[in-house]
Amino acid sequence: MPVPATPLKNDLVAEIAAQALWIRRRSFQMVYEAQQGHPGGDFSATDVLATLYFGVMRYDPKNPRDPKRDRFVMSKGHCTGAFYSVLARAGYFPEADLSDYMKPLSKLNGHPNRNYLPGVETNTGPLGHGLPVALGIAIAGQIDNADYRTFVLTGDGELQEGSNWEAALTAGHRKLENLTLIIDRNRLQQGARTEDTASLDPLDDKWRAFGWHVEVVDGHDHAKLLDVLSKSPKGRGKPLCVIANTFKGKGVSFMHDNVAWHHGVPTKDQFEQAMRELV
Amino acid sequence: MSAAVPSKAGLFDCRDSFAKTIEALAEADPRIVTVVSDSVGSSKLGGFRTKFPDRMVNVGIAEQTLVAVGAGLANGGKVPFVSAASCFITGRALEQVKADIAYSNVNVKLIGQSSGVAYGELGPTHHSIEDLAWLRLFNNLKLIVPADPWETEQAIRAAAAFDGPVFVRLSRMAVPALERPANAVFEIGKAETLVEGTDTTIIANGTMVHRAVAAAKTLAAEGISTRVVNMATVNPLDEAVIAAATETGAIVTVEEHSVRGGLGGAVAEVVISTNPVPMRILGFPGFVPTGSADFLFDHFGLNETGIADAVRQTIARKK
Repeated sequence: MPVPATPLKNDLVAEIAAQALWIRRRSFQMVYEAQQGHPGGDFSATDVLATLYFGVMRYDPKNPRDPKRDRFVMSKGHCTGAFYSVLARAGYFPEADLSDYMKPLSKLNGHPNRNYLPGVETNTGPLGHGLPVALGIAIAGQIDNADYRTFVLTGDGELQEGSNWEAALTAGHRKLENLTLIIDRNRLQQGARTEDTASLDPLDDKWRAFGWHVEVVDGHDHAKLLDVLSKSPKGRGKPLCVIANTFKGKGVSFMHDNVAWHHGVPTKDQFEQAMRELV
Repeated sequence: MSAAVPSKAGLFDCRDSFAKTIEALAEADPRIVTVVSDSVGSSKLGGFRTKFPDRMVNVGIAEQTLVAVGAGLANGGKVPFVSAASCFITGRALEQVKADIAYSNVNVKLIGQSSGVAYGELGPTHHSIEDLAWLRLFNNLKLIVPADPWETEQAIRAAAAFDGPVFVRLSRMAVPALERPANAVFEIGKAETLVEGTDTTIIANGTMVHRAVAAAKTLAAEGISTRVVNMATVNPLDEAVIAAATETGAIVTVEEHSVRGGLGGAVAEVVISTNPVPMRILGFPGFVPTGSADFLFDHFGLNETGIADAVRQTIARKK
């Protein structure tokens, strides 16, 4: 288990911050070397991923299909820069493999494949698939009265897919407290702001109306994320929706809240500047 | 509810066989669960719900989530049988079948109920004559189209025993029990030769098999020795049996499906790569007009007479 035994909270937050920095640097290098990727979304999701893998979830990378493991479903499957970085960092495969990102015949496909890589629960890429699959995992846990938790990270533009709301309905109906949805609320989809495209606000009210408990947090604040995600779900009686307010491109000045970095790739100068800022 | 009770004299609704089998399997294997989209009655799963109320997941009228929940349940160690009208579990949830089930390669059994034109007068929105063409593109998804109650039970048992994704295409149309040897065995990917013959071969599946057998009897009386192959598994195909069929010099395929991309298309892909012979694909041309399933079968020649006619015409094209 990569999570140290009952560390002091401040130490844990510092550890998560260090991992997040590493993930940002490594994922941006992957995108730079591949000259492809989705770095803006990698950066908005990084702090959530680092908190889950280094502060919240129970898992054993040496036994990736342990029936008792907590599950994480990466619904925003295009953000593999961050996802593969965190999986490698957590010990699922060697960090050196990250250099194969999107190369011919690589296991590190642009979108994750569970049959290529340990730690991937389901193949994602098309949007609106992660939450319904996570719902099924949580129902299995509910049937078995198992104590593993199921986490799923979606984008916010992704919530325009109707399949999410089908799943939201059933999760609320079944009072699935073992299910946690985290929404990477960076307010930018591929081409424009969500609120200028098909608006989502008031997003918290929507989830409450579907029977979910909602927490709205700064999605780059590791301590806050750790608080809401590590709290035991027992007795809550509802699935948990964490709206993580984030910024696309968080951490690099010229990418910050900039829609052009949805799938932008850096020049050499931009890459070097980013590495100077990500310290 | 029992598969032994015919709906009409000597005829069976294969859903009864499905229901009885899944209940028996669930008794023995606690991993087996069912997933429905308000499709309990149409799947004949009322008995399962009574016996195993905690092992039926009803997601409501939400087919994308229906299929995805199957994938999630498999992740949680279950063996889910996901059952809904074939037109919706395939067409409405096609991307979930592709990404969550086939591409993810998970241990989920999809049951397409009331396939083909079983919903007759309800029209093409409720017909499922495109399903095999869509699903055949997912190379690792096993596709089984049982022809009678015995084969339905065998297909469901084989699907449960196989560790991976399977689609079983069921019908609600009344069919007779086929005559076969007492030691007959069902195996995914293995075709069954029901009638031996040397002049031509009819390859059929599902509700069309007993019609093909009847046509072969008619043709035999005329001196045309007609082989009948029940190709219950459309993926993977029994290519050896198809290659052998080409040696009879003419092949007619019959299916309760569109003529585009289903069993006929699958057989043709093998035939052109082995020993091209004259072929005819019998099925529906596309969206069909209003009528009962039996009317539509007759209207499009998917009956004993129509199949026999097609065989004579195809034999006439032999080189």
